[in-house]
Formats: sequence, C-alpha cells, structure tokens
Amino acid sequence: MTTLTLFAAVPGAEAAETVKATGPASAALWLILLPALSAALLLLLGRRADRWGHLLGVVAPVASCVLGFVIAIQLLGLDSSERLQHVDVGSWIDAGALNLRFGLLVDPLSVTFVMLITFVGSLIHIYSVAYMEHDINRRRFFAYLNLFVAAMLTLVLADSFLLLFFGWEGVGLASYLLIGFWNHEVDHGHKVGGATAMENSVASKKAFVANRVGDLGMIVAMGLLFAQLGTVAFHGRPGTHEAGVFDLVGHGDLSTAMATGIGLMLLLAACGKSAQFPLQSWLGDAMAGPTPVSALIHAATMVTAGVYLVVRSQPLFDQAPNARLVVAIVGAVTLLYGAIVGCAKDDIKKALAASTMSQIGYMMLAAGLGPVGYAIAIVHLVGHGFFKAGMFLGAGSVMHAMDDEVNMRKFGNLGRRMMFTYVTFGMGWLAIIGFPGLTGFFTKDSIIEAAFSSNAYEQSWQPYVFGTVTMVGAALTAFYMSRLFFMTFEGRARWEPGTHPHESPRLMTWPMVVLAVGSLGFGAFFGKMPWSHWNGRLSDWLAPSVGHPHEHATPVVAWPIITFGTMILVGLALWLAWTRFGSRAAQVPREAPPASPLVVAARKDLYQDEVNNGLLVIPGTYATRALVFTDGVVVDGAVRGVARGAVAVGDQARRPQTGFVRQYAATMAIGVVVLIIIVLAAQII
Amino acid sequence: MTGFDTPQVDWALVAPVLIVLGAAVVGVLLEAFVPAAARRVAQLGVSVTASVAALGAIGWSWHRLNGIDGTALYAMVTPDSLTGFAAPLGALVVDGMTLVSQAIVVVVALLSVLVMADRTASREDAFTPMVSAVPGSQYEQLATSRRMQQTEVYPLVLFATGGMMVFSATADLLTMFVALEVLSLPLYLLSGMARRRRLQSQEASLKYFLLGSFASALFIFGAALIYGSTGSLSFTEIAAATVSPNGLEKLLLVGVLLLMVGLFFKVGAVPFHLWTPDVYQGAPTPITGFMAAGTKVAAFVALVRVVYVMLPGMGWDLAVLVWTVAIATMVVGSVAVLVQNDIKRLLAYSSVAHAGFVLTAVAAGWGTGDKTDGPWAVLVYLLAYALATVGAFTIVALVRERSADGGTTGEATALSQWAGLGRTNPVIAGCFTVFLLSFAGIPLTAGFVGKFAVFAAAVQAGAWPLALVGVLASAVAAFAYFKVIVLMYFPGRDAKVEDAEINTGAGGATVTMARPKAATVVATQGWAAVTIGVCALLSVLLGILPGGVLTAINNILL
Repeated sequence: MTTLTLFAAVPGAEAAETVKATGPASAALWLILLPALSAALLLLLGRRADRWGHLLGVVAPVASCVLGFVIAIQLLGLDSSERLQHVDVGSWIDAGALNLRFGLLVDPLSVTFVMLITFVGSLIHIYSVAYMEHDINRRRFFAYLNLFVAAMLTLVLADSFLLLFFGWEGVGLASYLLIGFWNHEVDHGHKVGGATAMENSVASKKAFVANRVGDLGMIVAMGLLFAQLGTVAFHGRPGTHEAGVFDLVGHGDLSTAMATGIGLMLLLAACGKSAQFPLQSWLGDAMAGPTPVSALIHAATMVTAGVYLVVRSQPLFDQAPNARLVVAIVGAVTLLYGAIVGCAKDDIKKALAASTMSQIGYMMLAAGLGPVGYAIAIVHLVGHGFFKAGMFLGAGSVMHAMDDEVNMRKFGNLGRRMMFTYVTFGMGWLAIIGFPGLTGFFTKDSIIEAAFSSNAYEQSWQPYVFGTVTMVGAALTAFYMSRLFFMTFEGRARWEPGTHPHESPRLMTWPMVVLAVGSLGFGAFFGKMPWSHWNGRLSDWLAPSVGHPHEHATPVVAWPIITFGTMILVGLALWLAWTRFGSRAAQVPREAPPASPLVVAARKDLYQDEVNNGLLVIPGTYATRALVFTDGVVVDGAVRGVARGAVAVGDQARRPQTGFVRQYAATMAIGVVVLIIIVLAAQII
Repeated sequence: MTGFDTPQVDWALVAPVLIVLGAAVVGVLLEAFVPAAARRVAQLGVSVTASVAALGAIGWSWHRLNGIDGTALYAMVTPDSLTGFAAPLGALVVDGMTLVSQAIVVVVALLSVLVMADRTASREDAFTPMVSAVPGSQYEQLATSRRMQQTEVYPLVLFATGGMMVFSATADLLTMFVALEVLSLPLYLLSGMARRRRLQSQEASLKYFLLGSFASALFIFGAALIYGSTGSLSFTEIAAATVSPNGLEKLLLVGVLLLMVGLFFKVGAVPFHLWTPDVYQGAPTPITGFMAAGTKVAAFVALVRVVYVMLPGMGWDLAVLVWTVAIATMVVGSVAVLVQNDIKRLLAYSSVAHAGFVLTAVAAGWGTGDKTDGPWAVLVYLLAYALATVGAFTIVALVRERSADGGTTGEATALSQWAGLGRTNPVIAGCFTVFLLSFAGIPLTAGFVGKFAVFAAAVQAGAWPLALVGVLASAVAAFAYFKVIVLMYFPGRDAKVEDAEINTGAGGATVTMARPKAATVVATQGWAAVTIGVCALLSVLLGILPGGVLTAINNILL
C-alpha cells in the first residue's frame, strides 16, 4: 500500500509509463471482438438466427466478462508500475501528419469499466431473454445490445481520443437504435407508457441530435489537440520515443488557456453523452426504449461515459483548473436539477432517469474536484451502476406485472405481490439514499466529504457552496427515491381494474438479486469509510490510472458533521416521503393534483424542452427556413437562371443547325475567314 | 538528289499498321471468295484476330521504346553511306504518342467490331443488307426478306482503323493527308449503311462526304502553302525552317491555319462541327461510336503532332487560334448539349464539347515549350472519352422501341423514351449512368481523371482562362448528363420532356412524331454486352485507380 501511495504522491505531474501488454491483457481485443462478432452475426443472419439468436447474444458478453475478470486478476498480481498495459493492434490511420495506431489501453480504470460493462451487461442480457420473450424482433434487440457492449468496450479501452470517439459514436448509434426499437406498429408487442411508434422514433432522434451537439465538442477538442500537440493518442507507444497527449501536457507543452479550451470542449462532449446540464433533455425521453436498455445504457454504462472521459483526461484537466471548476459547476447544477425533476415525476422510468441525471451530476462534480475526486467519482459510478441498474430492472419487473403501466399513481402496495422485486428494489433504494452500510453510504458520502475539502478549490468559499449542494442533493435524493419506492410498493393499491400483479419469471428476478447484492455490499467492500483515512479498495486499485486522493481530502468541516448532518437530512426526507406517500393514511390521487408552480415546473422537466425550443429549436427552425428560402430563391435561382440562360443560348445555337449542307460549308468558310482575321489581328497587336 | 537509296524499313515498328491494313485486304478477298453464309464469321474472325495481333505488335514496340530514352523511332530510314548516320525518311514515326493512340484506336476498333457483329434474335444487325438499294424500294425489301448480310463493314472498319493508326504516326504532311483520306473514305461509306432510317443515314453519308472533302481541300491547300513557304513537307524540316525568317511568314501562317482547320473539322471543333450531330445521328450507331472515339483520338494526336513537332516555335503567333477555337467549342458544345432531346444528337454535341476540353490541353503547352504535360493530358482525356463514348453508343444501339406486337424495332433515340429505363433495365441504365458521369467528369470515373489532367495542364502552362471556361462549360454540360440520369431513374419527377423532334432532313423541317413511350433493351447475342462491360469497368477502374495507366502513358511519352 505504501508503494501505491508513494507512486501517486504527485498525481498528474509524472508521466505515467505504459508497458507492453503481457499475458491475458494482450488478448484485450477479444473483449471487443466477441460481442462485435456476435452482433454482426445476428444482424447478417437475420431471421434465420431467430431461434437461437438471444442465446448467442447472451454468451458473447458473458465470455467478455470472463476474459475481463482474468485480466483484472492478472493486473492485481502485477506491481502497480506495470498496471498500465498497452495492446498495439496495428496501424490504423496513416495520413500525412496524422499517424495513428490502433491500440488498447488496459489499465485499472479501463478494466474497472470493462468489469462494470460486461458484468452488469451480462445480467441485463439474461434478464432481457425473458423480458423480450414475446417480441418478434428479440434477435435484433440482442444484436443491438451486443453492438452497444462492443462499442462501449471500445470507448473505454481506446488508447487515443480518436478511437475513443469511434466507440463514443458507436454507443450513440446503439442508443439511438435501441431507444427507437419499438418504432414499427407491428412491433407493438410491448408498449411503453402508451407511447406510439412515432413518439419512440422522435425520442431516439432527440437523443441522437442532443448527442451530436456534444460530439461537436469532442471533434473540436481533438482538432485542437492535434493542432497543438500533433497527436491524439493518450500515451506514446511503449518502447518508442513517441509521446502521447498525456505525456506532453504533463510537461507543459500546452498553454493553460488552450488546456482550458480543450477541457471545456471535452466537457461539452461529456454533457451530451452523460445528459448533463444544458444537454440533459434527451435522457427522460430515452426511456421510450425497452427497460433493459434503460438499465444498461441509460443508467449503468453509456451515460457515465462523460464521467469516464473527464477522468481519463485527468492530465489535461490538471492543467486547467478553470475548466475543472466548470465541470464541478455543471455537475452541481445537474445534481439539483435532476433531483428536483425527480421529486415530481409520476412515470417510474422518468423518475429513475431524473435520478440517474442527478447521480451523474454527483460524479461530474467529484471529477471536477480534481485529484481529490477522480477516484471517488469512479467508485460512485460503479456503485451507481449496480443499484440503478437493479432498480431499472425492478421497474421493468413492475411494468411486466402491471401490463406496461408506468404511472406510479396507479401502483401502490405492490410489495406484497412481488417479493423478489420488492426486496431487490428496496436494496437499491436504500443504497442510493445512502442508508448506513449500503453502497451509496460509502460512495456518495465520500463525494460530499470531498466537496467540502478546501484543497480542491482555489477560493475559500467554494467548499461551502459545493458541499452544501451535495448535502441538499442527498436529502432530495432520499425524498424522491423514497417517494418512488413508497408510491410503487407501499400504501394503498391504486391499480387499474383488471390488473393482476404477479412476480416475474426467474430469468428476470435472478439478475435483480445479483445486482441487489452489489447494492448491498459493493460500497462496504470497495468504498471509503467516511471516518477513515483509508481510501477504499477501488480507489487504491485505480491509483495508477487516476492518482490517489489520500493526501488531498481535507474537509473544511469535521467529518462527523458531514456524515451525521447528511444522515439527519436524509432521515427527515425519508419521514416526509413516508407520511405523504408510504403510510396507509397517505392519500395518493390517481390523477396528478394541482400543485405549486415549482412542482408543475418540475413535472415538465423545469421547462427544459420549452427553453430548448425557445432558445434553439425555434430560432434554428427559422434559420433553416431562411436558409432554405435563400437556397431556393438565390442559389437555385442562380443555378436555374444559368441553366435557363444556357438553354436559351442553346436554342439560338441550334439555329445554324439547319440541315443544309451548303450552309454548313458556308459557315466553315466564314469560320476560316474569321480565324484568319483573328490570327492576323493578333499579329498586329 | 543523286540517286535513290533503298530505305531500311523497321518492319516491327510498322507491324501494327501492316497487320490491320493487311487484314482489311484479306477481308476484301473474303468477300469475293467465301460463301455468303460463312462470311460474317470469317470477317469477324479476321477483324478480331488482326486487332489482337496489332495490339501485340504495339506492345512489342512499347517494350522496345521503353528502353530508349527520349527519342522517337523512325520506321523508315535512309542510311547515309558517308557518315553511317541513318537519316529519317519521313513517313512514319513511332514514339510514345503513336503507341498510346494506336493502342486506343485498336481497342476502340475491337470493341466496336463486337458491337457491329452483335445481332438480335431475328438475326438483324445495325446495317442495311443492300446499301445500293433505293430506300423503301422493292429491291431493298427483297434483300431484307432474304436476310442478306452486309459483311463489307468489317474490312471498311479495318481500313479506317489503319488510316487512323497512320494518321497519328505521321512525320510529314503528305503521309498525313493520305492517312486522313484512308481513314475518312470508309467512314463516309459506313455512315450511309444504317438498316433503319435509311434516308437519314444516306443524307448523313453525303453530308459527311461533301464537308469532309471541303475540309480535306483546305488541309491540302494549307499543306501546299506550307511547302511554298518552307520548301518541305517533313515536320522536322518545317520546324527547322520556321526558326529563320524568310519573308514568307504570312504565307506560312495562313497555310498552317488552313491545315489546322482541316484537323479541326476532323475533331469536330466549332465552327467546323456542324456535320457532327447530323452524321452522328444518321450513321449506324456502332459506326457512330467507332468514329466518334477513333477519329477523335487519331485527329487529336495528329493535331498535337502538328503543334508540338512541326510548329513548336509558332505558339506565339498561333496560340490565339487554338484558344479561340477551344473556347468557342467548349461554349457552343456545352450549351447546345443542353437543348437536345435526341440521345444521339446529345452525345454528338457532348463530343463537340469534349473536343473543346481536349483543345485546352493542346493549347496549353504551345509556346511554353513544355512537350510532355499537354500531350499527356490529351492522351489521358482521349482514353477516358473513348471508353465512355464507345460504351454509350453501344447502349444507344441496344435501347429499342417496342412495336405494337411486342417486338422491338428501331433505336429509341428520343430522350422521352428513355424515361424509366432505370427501373426496366437497371444494369444497362447503370452502365449508361457510369458513362454519363464519366462524360460529366464526376470523381471516381475516368472522365474526372481526364478533365483533371487537361485543366491541370492548362493551369500549369498559365492558360488559366481556358481552364476557367472549361470548368464552367463542364458544369453546364453536366446539366444535360444529369437530366438523362434523372430521366432514367425518376421518370415522373423531371419536367416533361417534349415529344421527340426528329430532324428528318434539310430545310429545318422538324417533324414531331408520336412515338410509343417506353423503350426496351433488345436481346442480342451478347457481344455488345462485352463491350459495355469492358467500357464501364475500365471507366470506373481508371477513375478509382488511375495511377498505373497515367504513369505508363507518362513514361512512354518521356
């Protein structure tokens, strides 16, 4: 442990050395290839693979997961200086100055993500076998899920910004395909919240477009990096004298202003992918996709890619404190935004989506705190992956039981009918609100603690502001999650007539149980004790990649105040939620009652769509119309004018074409004379 | 001249020409001695064998020439007994330009012969069974009903091919004139041999002959004036004579101008292009493809030879001539192509426009002394143009009108009849699209490489105004090509194409005929499909991977 601490004494300052991959790590490409090949096979074979397609679709991520475990065990057995392993696959792009190799970076950070993606992914694949059983396009669904897993693994294993972007676009594509999965009327085996095929298609497009805005930031960032440093690779290839972006920025090859600009562009990309303010609007609508998709892509993995990007780009952000501060501000704003929206949502999936947004806000905020926060952001990310995925699967189980109803006002008292779902969902609920001993207690409290630490900031007042935001956020989290849980499982039954809630099949409940175990024990095993100086197992493991938070977290307020203060706030929120939604006495109307302006606003996502419409869509539409008009009248007009003019001239030119051979000969003779005159005239001039 | 020294002939160098012309003579003999039923096969065999053999001989010469640096080989030399130095005896010169153009011409001939030989299920080819018969007469109907075959086409094509090959290899004006006539006379005949629309075909033949004779007269008059001014007909001697002033410059100037007018006529440059649409429309379509591609290649190479070998020093005086003609040709050709509604006339005007683009490359190097870029660009352009032209006219020959009883009749040349061809015959329409894109110079087709070569040559030589006009003209002409593509694939969307106006004869008498709307691709023995396939494949291949061919042409020119 001491060597670890020493190694990470000055994070970011030393250039991390990558070594050539050995052993299982050198086979890291297969992590990506297995699901990619499976996806290709399922798509190419088409209906012929319908009978066994879902089985192949499950086997691929499971195999990747096993390989991931083996690689993780291998890295654990190595000295920390050898944990940054590089797999060189071959030359990828060789175009003039841009000479990029296709390589994978197998380090604790990427392996952590590999484990999260493949393990949670495998569970969700298994769950989907049962969930999508009656869908005639189940094979295609698994193909897309496999495609997503392959793309996401590419994203996290990439050794350059460009390859990362490749995976980044891949997950965007998979997300788009899966949100709009039910985009045909004939596919309506399932109907999500009564959404029509058109609404699903619109939701997928919205997600795609919002992501494009972020992608622009990524492209600009890559362009700036290439222009400034001449490379977009993270590290130089081991054994060569090449240098990567992170090797160079550590040596001051990048001015602070430029590093800030690049950092902000990367943040824009992260905002798009992770649904952070102001690009958050797509996530709620993305719930149109099948629930396993919401669990895997829009809760556990893809939406956390933005956090991964910021943490991975740590050496860059270390050079740009101002960009980092913006990251923290964005995280704080989204944290409160998501929490407020979550308090008012009646759609169970949209409430969970708001919660996801808010929790990723926590991670962003932590990542924005710099070396203090990188590791704990990832720890919370992984823990969140477990409990949020578990809760989404639980929500899917509830919908399964309630004929695809998503309105929580029509749930209530489901706990008695579906024990597995009740208990596993309850684990997730307790984990996210930070119940002592469960995962969220360790992972989220360490973020709150870090937010209060003075040395993450440049101004002395900042820890108080950010710390308070995280504490308020924790209270709001406790309120909206308890509201969700109580409205669904406690209180009086408000079911639609004719619904007969029942427990889901085993294939669906067992993945929920496994995830619930993760919600229960992950934090205690991997996380940081609020009162200890030990950073937790996962932080230590991540140290070679992201540095060590140990020396840096020095809260401005004593930890007991933070910990117990948070617990008291959470307890109050819990009590409030119980009295209003949980107890037998609580009256939950089946229709949303009239409420204060704030609640109405929160129900409408704080008018984010209206704001987007007013600021972007309507001006954009008018700008487009103006452009179309200009194009039609001016450009096309000019083009058509040229064509029309040419045709008119052509009609004139056709005139001498009379068919009379004598006239042709005369024209030739005149032509000769004219040419002689021209030539002779040129002589004189 | 004290006596006559026996010239030494390098037979290997003249072999390609000898093979083709020899095969033509054999073909004439076949007509006399082989029974009618076997003639077609025999003629086809001779033509194809001769073409392939000629290509082989060209390849051998190519190999020999690649070993030598920067010199041309003279096929006939006079050994000088005093110095041992072999002086060229004019006549034929074999250099890189000769070989490239001969290769293109032979390939064009081979591909065209395949199209000519192709017959429909009713054993009809494109040629009238009895040329001498009065159109519509009983005699003609008799010949048709007896299914007589016109097989003299093959030796005629071989004669024309031989003429073209010599035309591009001449080293003096007299040989050039003879070659010009050898290539032209068979074409005059061939133009009049169309099976259908006999009157139009015969009119085209006569027009071509009369105007061609006029142009030949101008050519020979020009040659005479040049001889009068310089005292020689040999290119090298004329080149030497033009360096030193002798007071007869004006005579030389006018002579060169007339000579070039003769060549401008052959390439179809404005204002000597008027025969092009009429003849291209009237001639049997396989012949149109052959002469549009072959004649243009040979004539342009002859023009390049005149400009770069015979008159390298006169660019200062005469570049204005080529500039004027090039601009006029590009503008008139591109604009006129827009208003055509007959596919053969459209392709004819398109070939006029292409002549203009090639002229920019001819003009480019004249006067700057750069002897490689201009000719190289000319050859690259001609290669691309020849492939697309032969392919396009072959398709025109296959797209037929549907008769009332469901059979196929004459060619559906009215553009309106091509509407929807993309649906009914996707493969043919796809190939035609490739050729049109190549004509338009769209990237990834051979046409783009050609356009790029000529405009780059023009810009490099400082002739950017020519390149500018060229780019604008290609943009205008592209409208016409895209109009056809849109028509083939989206018949409903394009503005309604007026009913075909068929220019049936003199006096501008246009007759609008109601025609059956839809055209169809006639089923044939498949020879034409080979031609279309080869042309389309090469057009795309040359567009995607131009490197090897361009380098080969460049190396042989150096």
